[in-house]
Amino acid sequence: MKKKYSILSLIKNAFSNNENWEKMWESPEPKKGYDVIIVGGGGHGLGTAYYLAKEHGIKNIAVIEKGWLGGGNTGRNTTIIRSNYLWNESAHLYDHSVKLWENLSEELNFNMMFSQRGVMNLAHNEHDIKEMKRRISANRLNGLDTQWVDTKQIKELVPIMNTENLRYPVLGAAFQPRGGVARHDAVAWGYALRSNEMGVDIIQNCEVKDIKTDNHKVQGVNTSKGFIRANKVAVVASGHTSVLAQTAGVRLPLQSRPLQALVSEPIKPVINTVVMSNAVHAYVSQSDKGELVIGAGTDGYNSFTQRGGYDVIEETVRAIVELYPIFGKMKMLRQWGGIVDICPDASPIISKCEVKGLYFNCGWGTGGFKATPGSANVFAHTVAKDEPHKINEAFNLERFSNGRLIDEHGAAAVAH
Amino acid sequence: MILINCPYCGEREQSEFTNGGEAHVIRPKDPDSLNDKDWGQYVFYRSNPKGIFYERWVHSHGCRKWFNAVRDTSTDTILKIYKLTDNKPDISEFQSSLKSPSGEPAVGSGNFAVKK
Repeated sequence: MKKKYSILSLIKNAFSNNENWEKMWESPEPKKGYDVIIVGGGGHGLGTAYYLAKEHGIKNIAVIEKGWLGGGNTGRNTTIIRSNYLWNESAHLYDHSVKLWENLSEELNFNMMFSQRGVMNLAHNEHDIKEMKRRISANRLNGLDTQWVDTKQIKELVPIMNTENLRYPVLGAAFQPRGGVARHDAVAWGYALRSNEMGVDIIQNCEVKDIKTDNHKVQGVNTSKGFIRANKVAVVASGHTSVLAQTAGVRLPLQSRPLQALVSEPIKPVINTVVMSNAVHAYVSQSDKGELVIGAGTDGYNSFTQRGGYDVIEETVRAIVELYPIFGKMKMLRQWGGIVDICPDASPIISKCEVKGLYFNCGWGTGGFKATPGSANVFAHTVAKDEPHKINEAFNLERFSNGRLIDEHGAAAVAH
Repeated sequence: MILINCPYCGEREQSEFTNGGEAHVIRPKDPDSLNDKDWGQYVFYRSNPKGIFYERWVHSHGCRKWFNAVRDTSTDTILKIYKLTDNKPDISEFQSSLKSPSGEPAVGSGNFAVKK
């Protein structure tokens, strides 16, 4: 039965203290086998299940998650959405995603709280200016709405920013008005809800221990709930993707590192756009609750600990305080880390591999959240048709031997 | 933040050091004879284990000397530090704290929900 959310259901459930909301999705025991098993119940994985069921008519699917839905990087990021990437391949991929974000609340009948409040990338020196203007030109040729704003316009958009009296003065910015933020849980829950309605099994608290292959063909996965057979296995496990790939004998060019974020105590609205700075390494936006959402960088070494070093936070907070002296006395509420898988060229891998029936959607590094719907959409196509969608054709594994890298270290912004 | 015992200077904070990625990666002796795939393996592919990892560090804000370390990447515990001239310690010397390849260790993980 299709669950509909409306103002009426909100009022109705308010009368019973919100205690009688129906469960959004079932938690079944795994079946013996599936057509497709998706490893990883984050936004990308659940979205893949949704588009496989909706657009490709494959409904015998299981999404297997070792923790809880959206508890990995989907719930650990700073929810920034933008598509101002330099190269054509990336611009098409990320803008495909932004376009899907724009209609996602309506499509899933679930509020994504997608707010296109604009994303600003600051320039602090001559090199930044040149690099950003080049990127703006490239973006405009790809039909993106990125534009150059000067210091005066920045001050109008973000009055609290200190643009002059600091070591690296703010000289201008690249601004994408269609960018913004969304609710991170909502995208996972929305996809889970609607894919479950179409018959997708969502299995939480079940760890995939290894991927079983035979003669270069995938057989299924060994999990903490036993062996589950599958014709196709799609791995979307972010930081742990390379660990799982290893169990199938596949080597991926990924390095896993902790990436941290933190939020402050809630305050009244002071900043109504997303501001990022590569040079001084700071990015900040304000959530609807009023907390400042601040992203720190990755640690300088491989780790799976989901914590991250304190010095990384210190560096970010130092830059934030210099850019926004008004935040100097604020207290931070929470800090957390997620394990991101970084590719040598800072672009993702959405590809099949040498093992038949095994697919990877990984390498999103520090910026996977923005791509959730687009990545899921083209990955579902790749899994269903056993060949890439036009949009993700270039994001293959072969690029690390034929040299057709998609170098997005500039546009991937901070943390790389 | 972890503490690293520099073999030349003693124990210092990790922020004084720079990580140099996987250790014991050997440049192919005759690159011209390699095909694109094998050369790509050397240039772009590095091990990324959850558990025992051999890696290089340099004491950037200290003696600026390079050395190797064996670290458990699931807990960040440093198991051994040795000089570049020392032999690679055998993996059987170290015990991994993981019960399964992608599982969480009993201590050291920030992900409390999946800890058993």
